[in-house]
Amino acid sequence: MRFFEDIQVGDRRALGSFTFTAADIKKFAGKFDPQRFHLDEEAGRKSLFGGLAASGWHVASVCMKLLVADGQRQAREALARGEQVAVWGASPGFRELRWIRPVLAGDTISFVNEVVSKRSSESRPGWGILQGSNSGTNQRGEEVFSFLATAFVPMRGS
Amino acid sequence: MIPDIGNSASLDGYECWNRTVSVHLPKMTLTFEDFPPGRFGTFGPRHVSREEILEFAAEFDPQPMHLDEAAASKSMLKGLAASGWHLCSIMMRMMADGFITRTASLGSPGVNEVRWLAPLRPGDDLTLEVDVLEARVSRSRPETGIVTFKGTARNAAGEALCEMTSPIMVGRRAGAAS
Repeated sequence: MRFFEDIQVGDRRALGSFTFTAADIKKFAGKFDPQRFHLDEEAGRKSLFGGLAASGWHVASVCMKLLVADGQRQAREALARGEQVAVWGASPGFRELRWIRPVLAGDTISFVNEVVSKRSSESRPGWGILQGSNSGTNQRGEEVFSFLATAFVPMRGS
Repeated sequence: MIPDIGNSASLDGYECWNRTVSVHLPKMTLTFEDFPPGRFGTFGPRHVSREEILEFAAEFDPQPMHLDEAAASKSMLKGLAASGWHLCSIMMRMMADGFITRTASLGSPGVNEVRWLAPLRPGDDLTLEVDVLEARVSRSRPETGIVTFKGTARNAAGEALCEMTSPIMVGRRAGAAS
């Protein structure tokens, strides 16, 4: 992971993609979001979604999975260059999460992160606050998901 | 204790003398008209185990502060804590069990805001307060209402761990749009 000083507004990273299988969708929904259109193909077809649809929280959790994997990739690259690796802090929350279109069984969603703003934290010296837009696009190029994430990122030498 | 959800459909299942009692009522469907602004109900408690925190983190959020006690104690969270996405997903499940699976829900267009206020720890017992902030009829789909909920998850000490504000599309009672 990178330090606050090394991150610029407008930095954009492709996070990779994930294919939502019917089995994945039903497993997540069975644990966390047991609404019929997330559990049953027929109920999904009859719903506004028009097919077995992933829980929005499943889509968000997969985005987080790819964000973490990308961070780990960056950490390995930094280590290989002999650089220090930043350990990011927690997130205070997010805003404007949008489930724009349904994610149906078989859809492949590609996620992208873009840095929107950065500022130093007033309450936590040595830390910066980063805001990033994360979005997901399906195999037809349609945007299906986005949200504005916030994270605490350490400054160099703190 | 009978969950305080403010209508008779609350008797689907409740905790009574430390055992869960199922009361079989005809399946009721809550519609837009059942969600006036104000406190809708309080749900739980829902016990959160260490095992499920580790399982969710391993699959979706494998950061050391969610997986490893020693690394977590040195992190901003000062001890092992659940992924915030796990907490949101548990809140979703508590709302689903509490009322959404009995509601004419058509899904949600998104979440206005989530604030992660304090860490969810292994062994915590969560309660969820649900308030209706706003209920209005959809302009584009007059047969549908949009109910904006605020959910507040608290631990057993009453500390707020997460606040979530989210609209859900809810069908209106038959004939309400005509």
